[in-house]
Amino acid sequence: MKKTLMLGNEAVARGLYEAGCRLVSSYPGTPSTEITEYAAEYRDVCPEMYCEWAPNEKVALEVAFGASLAGARAACAMKHVGLNVAADPLYTMSYTGVNGGLVLCVADDPGMHSSQNEQDSRHHAIAAKVPMLEPSDSAEAREYAMLAFELSEQFDTPFLLRMCTRIAHSQSLLTVEDRQDIPVKPYVKTPQKYIMAPANAIRRHPVVEARTRALIEYAETAPVNRVEMGGTEIGIICSGTCYRYVKEVFGDKASVLKLGMVNPLPEKLITDFAAKVDRVVVIEELDPVIENHCKALGLTVDGKNLFPMEGEFSQNLIRRVFGMEVKEGVTAEETIPVRPPVMCAGCPHRGLFYTLAKHKITVIGDIGCYTLGMAQPLNAVDSVLCMGASVSGVHGFNKIGGAETEKKTVAVIGDSTFMHSGMTGLVNISYNASNSTVIILDNSITGMTGHQQNPTTGYNIHGDPAAKVDLEAFCRAVGIDRVTVVDPYDLAACDKAITEELASDGPGVIMSRRPCVLLKTVKAKPAVKVDPESCRSCKKCMKLGCPAIHMEGEGKTAKAMVDPTLCVGCGVCEQLCAFGAIKGGN
Amino acid sequence: MDTVTKNIMIVGVGGQGSLLASKLLGHLLCAEGYDVKVSEVHGMSQRGGSVVTYVRYGDRVDSPIIDKGEADYIVSFEKLEAARWASCLREGGRIIVNDRETDPMPVITGAATYPHGVLESLKQKGVQIDDMDALTLANEAGTAKAVNLVLMGRLSRYFPEISEDKWMRAIEECVKPKFVEINKKAFALGRA
Repeated sequence: MKKTLMLGNEAVARGLYEAGCRLVSSYPGTPSTEITEYAAEYRDVCPEMYCEWAPNEKVALEVAFGASLAGARAACAMKHVGLNVAADPLYTMSYTGVNGGLVLCVADDPGMHSSQNEQDSRHHAIAAKVPMLEPSDSAEAREYAMLAFELSEQFDTPFLLRMCTRIAHSQSLLTVEDRQDIPVKPYVKTPQKYIMAPANAIRRHPVVEARTRALIEYAETAPVNRVEMGGTEIGIICSGTCYRYVKEVFGDKASVLKLGMVNPLPEKLITDFAAKVDRVVVIEELDPVIENHCKALGLTVDGKNLFPMEGEFSQNLIRRVFGMEVKEGVTAEETIPVRPPVMCAGCPHRGLFYTLAKHKITVIGDIGCYTLGMAQPLNAVDSVLCMGASVSGVHGFNKIGGAETEKKTVAVIGDSTFMHSGMTGLVNISYNASNSTVIILDNSITGMTGHQQNPTTGYNIHGDPAAKVDLEAFCRAVGIDRVTVVDPYDLAACDKAITEELASDGPGVIMSRRPCVLLKTVKAKPAVKVDPESCRSCKKCMKLGCPAIHMEGEGKTAKAMVDPTLCVGCGVCEQLCAFGAIKGGN
Repeated sequence: MDTVTKNIMIVGVGGQGSLLASKLLGHLLCAEGYDVKVSEVHGMSQRGGSVVTYVRYGDRVDSPIIDKGEADYIVSFEKLEAARWASCLREGGRIIVNDRETDPMPVITGAATYPHGVLESLKQKGVQIDDMDALTLANEAGTAKAVNLVLMGRLSRYFPEISEDKWMRAIEECVKPKFVEINKKAFALGRA
C-alpha cells in the first residue's frame, strides 16, 4: 500500500470520511481548524458528507447531536477552550447517548502556541463521563477517528478524540482506504432516552455508570492500549505525543504501556504492567490524570514530581529527567531580541487601536488577531479573557465605574467572535440599560485561524454565497439605537466616531469596517514613500507599530524608512505625519 | 544497518514561505522511501512572529520535533532567526541562511538592538554557516517570494545521494503549475 504524508488534522478528516461520517459542524480554533477544512474538501468526491462552520462550538455540537439523533454518523472539531462552550450539550449527551455514532475532536494546546490557557481536556472527558481516545501520530489519528465511531455506536455514547498541537500540526505517514458504506439508521421516537427531563435523566444516570464500567472492561484488553515490554528496570505509562518522545529516547529498551484510550483508564492492565517492572514512571503533558489514576489504584509511581505541569515535553526533557546526556548546542553571546507576532502591515485594526491608545481609552479586549493590539508600541488593550468576554465585561466594568469609566472605556470584538458569543453580551447591554460602547472590528473574515467564513461574511465553508448577517440591523434590532460605521484607515473618522460615541449617553456600537488585508480579494496599493528631506525624525509614525516602518540612522538624523516589500499602501502613517514626509506611492 | 534519523529545521519570520519548503522536503524524502515527520506552526505566531518547522527522516522517526543539539541543518530565511535557533544545531551541523535582516518589533520600537554581527560570532565559535543573498537570487529567478526555493537549492548540495532531477520532480509535484518554472529557476540558482 502506498504511504501518504499527511497532517494530523487532515488524517482525522480522512478518518471521518472513511468511517462514513455524514455531517461535520465546527467553529474554527487553533489547533483544530484544519480538521473541518480538510473534511469540507471531500465535497466533490463525497457530497453526502455535509460540512459547515457553525457560529460557535455549542451550536456545532448540538448540530452534530441532531444528525446523530437522525441516525447518521456525525462529528465536530474544536480547540480545548471551545469544549468549555460545548460542555453544556456534551454533559447531557453523555446521558442520552447516540443513534448514529458521534465523535467530538478536541485539540489541546500544551505550550499555548495560540491559546489563552493550557487546560487539559481529559478533565472534561472524566467529568462528562464520556470516553476519549488519544492518537500519537497521523496514522493513529485516522485510525482512532474511525474507531471512535464504532465504539460510539457499540457503547451508545458520544466519543472524544483528543488531539494536541504537535499531533494536529505534524505530518507523518499513513495508508488510506475507501469510504465505508454506513447507512443512516432509522430514527425511532424514544422519549425516555432523548428527553432529559428529570424523570428520564434519573433513569439514564445509572446507564451512564454501567457504560463506564463496561468501557473500563473494554479498556483492559483494547488493542489501542498496548504493552511493549523491554527492560524491567523502568516501566513508562504514556499516551499521545509523549509516547513518541519516550520511544525517541528509549527505543525498545524500556517497557512502555501506551494508552490509546485515556478515559476511562484500565485498572488491571495498569496494575499488571506495574507488577512486571521495578519502577513505574507516568509521562504525560499538562495535568497528572493518568498518575492520579495509578495512585488511586494504590500504585507508587513517579510523575509530576519529575515532570512539569506546564508546556510541551520533548526528548531532551525526558533525557534530562532520567540523567541521560543532553547536547546543548552552541549559543550566540549576543542577546537575541524576541520576535513576537504583530499585526500585519496594513492591518485594518491598527488605525482603530492607534486612536484608542491616543485617547488613553480602557479597552476590554477579546479573542482574535486584534488581541495583538496589546503589543508595544500600541499597548492598547487592558484585558483579554475568552470569546465574547469583551462585550459582557465592559458592561460590568461600567456598572461599577459609572460615569467615570463610561466616557473612556470600550469593548473591542471581531465579527466572527461577535457571532460566536458577543451578541448575547450586547443584548445584555441593551436590556440592562448599560451606558457602554462596543466596537465591532469587522474585517469580513475569521482572521487569526487562517481565514474561515462566518455568518457575517456572506459565504459558507465552501466559499459559496450564503445568508449574511446584517450587523448594523442586528444591533438596532436588539435595542442599540446608535450604530456608527467607520473606516479604520481613516484616522480622523475614527477619532470623531470614538470621541462622539463616548460622549453620548446610552449604549452605542461603532462598526470599524474594512476587510483583512491578507484576503486575496484585497488588492494592495503601491507602497508609500518617505521623503528623507522632509522627515524630521519625530518618530510619530513609529507609534503605529507597523512592521513595514523603521528608523534608519542615529538620534536626530534618523529617518523613517518604509519597506516596500511589506507596505501595502494603507496610508495610515501618511495621515499621521505632520511634515508631509510620507507620500502615497503611485 | 539502520539509517540514523536526520534532522532539518526551517526557521524564519511568519509569512516567509517556510510551509512550501517543508512540503517540498517532506514530499521528496517520502518518495525516497524514508519514514518522515514534518512539524509545523500554525495560528498566532504566523502573524510576523518567529516560526520554526521541523523535518525529520530515517528508517523510523518517533518524535516530531527537533531538540537542542540535534539538527543536521538549519535553513533560515533571516539572520536573527538563524541565531535564535542555532543551539538546536548538532556538533558538525550546518546553518544555511539568507543574509537578510528583518527587524522584530522590539528593535523597531527601540526597546532592543539588532545584533548585526551575530553570524560572525557564531562562525568564530566553529559553527559552519553558508550565508547567502538568497533574495537577490530569488529576484533574479523572477520573484522575491522564491527565497524559499533558493535556500532549498543550497541545501540540496549537501544531499549527493538525491539527484537534481528528483528535487525538480518534487517541485513539479508540490507547486502550482504556473509557478513551477520560476521555482525551478530559483532552486537551480541556489544550488549552483
